[in-house]
Amino acid sequence: MAANVPNPAAGMGGERKGILTFTAGVWRNNPIAIQVLGICSALAVTTRLENALVMGAAVVFVLLMSNLLISLARGAIPRRIRMIVEVAVIATFVILVDQFLKAYYWDMSKRLGAYVGLIITNCIIMGRAEAYALHERPHHSLIDGLANGLGYAMVLACVGLVREVFGSGRIVFGRAWVLLEIPGYEPNLVMKMAPGGFIALGLLVALFYALGLQEETEGES
Amino acid sequence: MSDPTGGPGALIIFFAAVFTNNILLVYFLGMCSFLACSKQYETSLGLGAAVTFVMTATTILNHVIHHQLLVPLGLEHLQFVVFIAVIAAFVQLVEMVVERFSPTLYYSLGIFLPLITVNCAILGASLFAINIFDYTLWQASWYGLGSGLAFALAITLMTGLRQKMGYANLPPAFRGVSIVMIVTGVMALAFMGFMGMASLD
Repeated sequence: MAANVPNPAAGMGGERKGILTFTAGVWRNNPIAIQVLGICSALAVTTRLENALVMGAAVVFVLLMSNLLISLARGAIPRRIRMIVEVAVIATFVILVDQFLKAYYWDMSKRLGAYVGLIITNCIIMGRAEAYALHERPHHSLIDGLANGLGYAMVLACVGLVREVFGSGRIVFGRAWVLLEIPGYEPNLVMKMAPGGFIALGLLVALFYALGLQEETEGES
Repeated sequence: MSDPTGGPGALIIFFAAVFTNNILLVYFLGMCSFLACSKQYETSLGLGAAVTFVMTATTILNHVIHHQLLVPLGLEHLQFVVFIAVIAAFVQLVEMVVERFSPTLYYSLGIFLPLITVNCAILGASLFAINIFDYTLWQASWYGLGSGLAFALAITLMTGLRQKMGYANLPPAFRGVSIVMIVTGVMALAFMGFMGMASLD
């Protein structure tokens, strides 16, 4: 697994490093398509575009805050217990998100179910804390968190869009706000169920590779 | 086998957790280690065994802690932190015990134990059993065992397929993760054939 492609921006300073960090997270080193992290939630919540977007926003928030906090405290965290500290920090922000959804967005909280809690074990967040925030300055860590979160949200939105369109022939936000409707489309229920998720994400990863993103990773089976 | 408090009996839960509501193929949990560790039988069997053991034990532990400690104290919102701490502590404990008493087992299983802490299937099994299905302790323990075996089954099957796939001539873009994901989708389709025999919903 190409879990940690060396960061090309390492050792550079200033603005350029920020830009490189950003593009790496969103595109070249996309957490789902290239690093293959955080697959679980990417598949589970993407039956609808709306769910995918909310989940993406939740992960962006948790990733931003945990990266910032861990980066700020990086001098104070003893090496031996760093994992526990990271998990505690992440879990705190996940609880915040969960309580927020329960308070203001009950429908969505029900629909996402246990998967909001499972952001804690989303490898992307732990991975960025370990690989980036522990060694870098806070403002770069913020950019890194934002970029990886957006990269994650982007893939989620793509999978959600494909699955909702092919699975039901329409895109619905909230209870009844229909964004798009294909008249006379016979819904393909498999896309809404588990197998469709696997196949849609598999094809999307293949697309990412086909678009020439594979240079930095080895693709063996 | 039926439970006095109602709800599905232990055997139904066990069967459903392994086949019709497979934690990996239906709920997508544990995908990271599924993708990373399904290249060789030794690795996948070792990980499968470790996951089964830890998942059964932590589901029971978390169930007891949730209902005996968190609910009476009104601290349900701390659930996530407590559960993940219990899992991390339990894994650490198992690692130390295994290292002390069985070095052979430690060397074959040991490297998988730290991985398990961040395996979302472990936390997921606890959350599903307690929050979503609202099981009794007896039901939850069968759910934990079944889900662990479900993960072991799926990862072992995948290893077999991947070893055969090594000889296949794939288009370059599909090599690696992509084809594994699509094959998993086909496997999930096959498991859907069990639907209707038992269900948790």
